[in-house]
Amino acid sequence: MILTLLRIGWLNLKRDRVAQAMTFVLPILFFSIFATVFGNQRNPTRRITVAVVDEDQSDYSKKLVNALQAEGGLAIETSEKGSGRSLDRTRAEAMVKGGTVPIAIVLPKGLGDSPRFFATPEAKRVAVQLLADVSDPVAPQMVQGLLQKVSFTAAPEALATQGMQQFERYSGPLTPAQRASFEAWLSRPPEAAPASASTNAIGLPIDLVNVMQPSAAANGATVSFYAAGIGVMFLLFSSSGNSGTLLEEQEAGTLGRLIGSRAGINGVLTGKWLFLALLGSTQLCVMFLWGSVVFGLPLRTHIPGFLVMTVFTAAAASGFGLVLATISRSRAQLSGISTIVILTMSAVGGSMFPRFLMSESMQRFGLVTFNAWALDGYLKVFWREAPISALWPQVLVLSGLTVVFLAAARFFARRWEAA
Amino acid sequence: MDSAPAPDAVPLAIVDASKRFGTVQALSGVSFEVERGELIGLLGPNGAGKTTLIRAIAGRITLDSGSMRVFGTPLLPRDPRPTLGVVPQELAVYPLLTARENLEVFGRLNGVDGTDLPARVQWALEWSDLKDRAGEPTKRFSGGMKRRLNIACSLMHRPSVLLLDEPTVGVDPQSRERIYEMLASLQREGMSIVLTTHHLEEAQDRCQRVLIIDHGRIVASGTVTELVSRTLGAARTLELTLDRPLDGAAAIPADVTLSSDRTALRSVVNGAHVDRDVARVAAVAVGAGVPVRDIKLTGASLQDVFIALTGRELRE
Repeated sequence: MILTLLRIGWLNLKRDRVAQAMTFVLPILFFSIFATVFGNQRNPTRRITVAVVDEDQSDYSKKLVNALQAEGGLAIETSEKGSGRSLDRTRAEAMVKGGTVPIAIVLPKGLGDSPRFFATPEAKRVAVQLLADVSDPVAPQMVQGLLQKVSFTAAPEALATQGMQQFERYSGPLTPAQRASFEAWLSRPPEAAPASASTNAIGLPIDLVNVMQPSAAANGATVSFYAAGIGVMFLLFSSSGNSGTLLEEQEAGTLGRLIGSRAGINGVLTGKWLFLALLGSTQLCVMFLWGSVVFGLPLRTHIPGFLVMTVFTAAAASGFGLVLATISRSRAQLSGISTIVILTMSAVGGSMFPRFLMSESMQRFGLVTFNAWALDGYLKVFWREAPISALWPQVLVLSGLTVVFLAAARFFARRWEAA
Repeated sequence: MDSAPAPDAVPLAIVDASKRFGTVQALSGVSFEVERGELIGLLGPNGAGKTTLIRAIAGRITLDSGSMRVFGTPLLPRDPRPTLGVVPQELAVYPLLTARENLEVFGRLNGVDGTDLPARVQWALEWSDLKDRAGEPTKRFSGGMKRRLNIACSLMHRPSVLLLDEPTVGVDPQSRERIYEMLASLQREGMSIVLTTHHLEEAQDRCQRVLIIDHGRIVASGTVTELVSRTLGAARTLELTLDRPLDGAAAIPADVTLSSDRTALRSVVNGAHVDRDVARVAAVAVGAGVPVRDIKLTGASLQDVFIALTGRELRE
C-alpha cells in the first residue's frame, strides 16, 4: 500500500520538470551564490588598505614600512597606482579624502633619529601622523594598534640601544666589558624574518591556534554552514510545496479516491510523509555533494554524522510540510503561509545568518525554530568535529518534532474524512 | 469482488437516510433499494441531495440517522467498502501518470494483488477502449477518454455495486454513448449501478428505474412510464403548426396557448377523444382564416414529470 503511494509520488515527480528544478536545482543555485559570496573569504576580517608615506627614508622607517607590509590585516600602498611613484603626503591625503583608502600613515623626516621608546620630558620627539577618514571607526583604531606593535617589533636593536641609553643615563655608564658584550649582541647575524610578527623576540609571544576543523580547510567549513543553512530552508520550502499536492489531489478528486481506498487517511499521510522524507534526504545529499565537488565541502570525512542529521532533519521537515498543507484550504493559502513561516524560521533559526553571531537572547529564542536544531546538528558535525553520539540532543528534538508534526497533520486532516 | 456477496441479499438498501449540514437538511429520510443488474438514475435539481447521498454510501459522509446495507451487511462510515465502486464527479485520475499506471495504482490501493493486476489492467483498458493509448500520460487525453478511465479506475477491484456521480458531464454524444455501452456490459454481468445525472433523456432511455430527489427527499420513484402515469396521468400535448402568424384579434380559449411567434397552438389533452380535441383547437385557426400546416400529438416526457415535481424555480 505504502509502496503504491510512494510510486504515485515518484511518477509525478519524474514527469514534472518544474518540480524537479524547484527541488534540486534552485536550492543548489542559492547555495552556490551564498557559498561563493561568503565561503571564498578565507580571511573573515577584511584587510584595511593603508597608504604609507616614508618621508624619513631612514633605516628605521624602512624597517617600519616592511613590518607594516608583513601585517596580514593591512594592505599597504607606498606608491601611486599607474605611475608607480612613491607616495607623498599630499597625494596620501588626497587618497584619504577621495575615499581610495580609509587611512594614511606619514613617517616624517627625523623619525629614525628621534627618541621613540624612552623619551625624556625635555626631548623633542618626531610623531608619526595618521591621516584618517573618521567616518570609519574601525580602521584608525586598528592601524594605530598595529603601528604601536610594529614600532616595537620592526627594529628590536633600536629598542635595545635606546633602552640601554636610558639605563646609562640613570645608572651610570656601562663598564667596557659590559659594552663589548652589548655591542656583540647587537651585531649578531639577523634572525630569519618570522612568518608572523607576533612570534618576534620582542613583546609577549602569541601564537594563534585554530581549534576548529583541524582536518578541514576553513573555507570548506564555511561552505558546510551555508550548505546546511540553505539546505534546511529549501528543504522546508520543498516539503511544504510537495505537501501541497494533497490540496491539488483534493481538488482533482484523487484524494477522495485514496482515502476511500484501503490506504485510508492514515495510509495517505504516512505515504506522503515517507515520500517527502525520502525526497528531502535526497535533496540534502545532492546539495552537500554539490558543495563537496564544487566548493570543497569536507563531506567524505563526515558521512555518518551527515547522514544522521539528514535523515532526522528531512523527517521533521516533511512532517512540518504536512502540517502546513493540512491547515491550508488552497494552494495559494499554503504558498502564502509557508513563505512567511519558513522565511521567519530561517532568519531566526540561523539559515540566513549564523546563530552563533547573534545575541545570546536571539540565540536562545532561535531554539524555538526547527532550523536552529537542524543547523546546530550540522555545525556539530562539520565545524566541531563532534562524534555521532554528541548529536543526541538534536536527534531527540527533531524526532520529537516529527511526532508532534505528524500528530498535528493527522488532526487537521480530519476534514478530509467522513463529515 | 473481494468478499462474496450473499446471492439472495439486496445489493444495496438505503433506509431512512438523513443528514443535516448546519441549517440545511441535505437528506431527509431517503429510502430505496437497488436490485441485482439494475441501473437506477438518481435525478434532482442542483443541491437536491444527490451527491450527498452518493458520498454517504461511499463512506465520505456520516449519516445523522438511517442505515445502509450492501448485500445485507451494514455499511458504517470509514469501513472499507470492497463491494462498492465509486466514480466521483471530478476526473480523479493523475494527469502525469499514464492510463496503465493510473489503473495499476488504483487497483493496488483497492486491494488487487500483484498476480491479478496485469489481467485486470488489460481488462480495464479494453473495456474502456483505451488499449491503444495505455502508455500515454492522461493529461493528453480528451474529456471523454478521461471520463472512461475515471470509471475504469473504480472497477479494478470488481465491485458488485457501482455508484457514479454525473459520469457523462462535459463529454460529447459519442463518448456518452460509449460510456452507456460500457455500463450496459457491466449490467449484463450482474452489476448494480446507481448514477446521478442532469441529462433527463439519458435517464429516460438508459435507466430501468428513476428516483427523483428534491430538498433531500425522494419525491418520485419508478419506471419512466410509471412516473409519467402517476404524475401527469394520460396527458399528452397537442400542437398545431399554422401556415402564418395568427392575427392578434383571434379569440383563444383558456386551455390553449399560442407560441411566442404566434405560429403554433398548444393544448394538453387528457381524454380518449383526440379527434374532438383536434377539432376544438383547429377551430381557433379556422375562425381566424389561417390554414393549419401540421398536427403533432406527443406523450409527456421525463422532463415534464421532473418539472411538474420539482417546479421551474432555479436552484443555484
